[in-house]
Amino acid sequence: MITGTLTRRTALAAIAAVMVAREASATPDSTREWLASLAKGTPKEGKVSLKAPEIAENGNSVPVTVSVESEMSDKSYVKTLYVAADGNPNPGVAIYEFTPLSGKAEVQLRVRLAQTQKLVAVAEMNDGTLFMASREVKVTIGGCGG
Amino acid sequence: MADDIKPRIRVANTAKKGELVEVKTLVTHPMESGQRKDDSGKLVPRLIVNSLAVTYNGKPVMNLKIEPAISANPYLSFFVKVEESGTLKLTWTDDEKNSWTAESKIEVT
Repeated sequence: MITGTLTRRTALAAIAAVMVAREASATPDSTREWLASLAKGTPKEGKVSLKAPEIAENGNSVPVTVSVESEMSDKSYVKTLYVAADGNPNPGVAIYEFTPLSGKAEVQLRVRLAQTQKLVAVAEMNDGTLFMASREVKVTIGGCGG
Repeated sequence: MADDIKPRIRVANTAKKGELVEVKTLVTHPMESGQRKDDSGKLVPRLIVNSLAVTYNGKPVMNLKIEPAISANPYLSFFVKVEESGTLKLTWTDDEKNSWTAESKIEVT
């Protein structure tokens, strides 16, 4: 919390902190690598839908809904759902492991976003096929550090 | 601090056989990301709830691995397919291996 007056020193420290945070940030490439290390194969577009606000005023808590259009039977179901963000210090957000008992692969979560960036969701079916969706969210106030 | 952590769960008490029931849940937890600095400029060590396991009558429904990018007081919602009456059990675990559970009974009518 910033309570006192903003001195030159704290202002500089804040700017430096932001720069450090930017340097350590994930990139679209590192996000792709993170996803590729977990889900083998090339994801196709489709089946997955990712809902998030176009502009998030507060990056501390951005509501996100991810759903995968698929039956959830013993024969065919969504096995894993990976959610990533390509502009946070680390790309990973959450990994859901479903079972046919889940009934429906639809989840809601609240995410911290450090800056304007792209959210990516990749769904892995039980037969190994991958589907993905992505969406850019503009962030007014970042939600990391502070 | 760990005493303040309270899991909450909201789910219907009754359901039809085979119905998809939505489960909404929230844990009051600060979710220290490990990125934040305190007043003296030191990094606050990471301490987050890193997993949620959901079972229904002891059978696994969903496992969730949580990264620091999930907001403080994590709110999560998901579905469970209810075939018979039973108990839905949620177990959260944090980086220090503390765990919290919440249960809710669902009756099939």
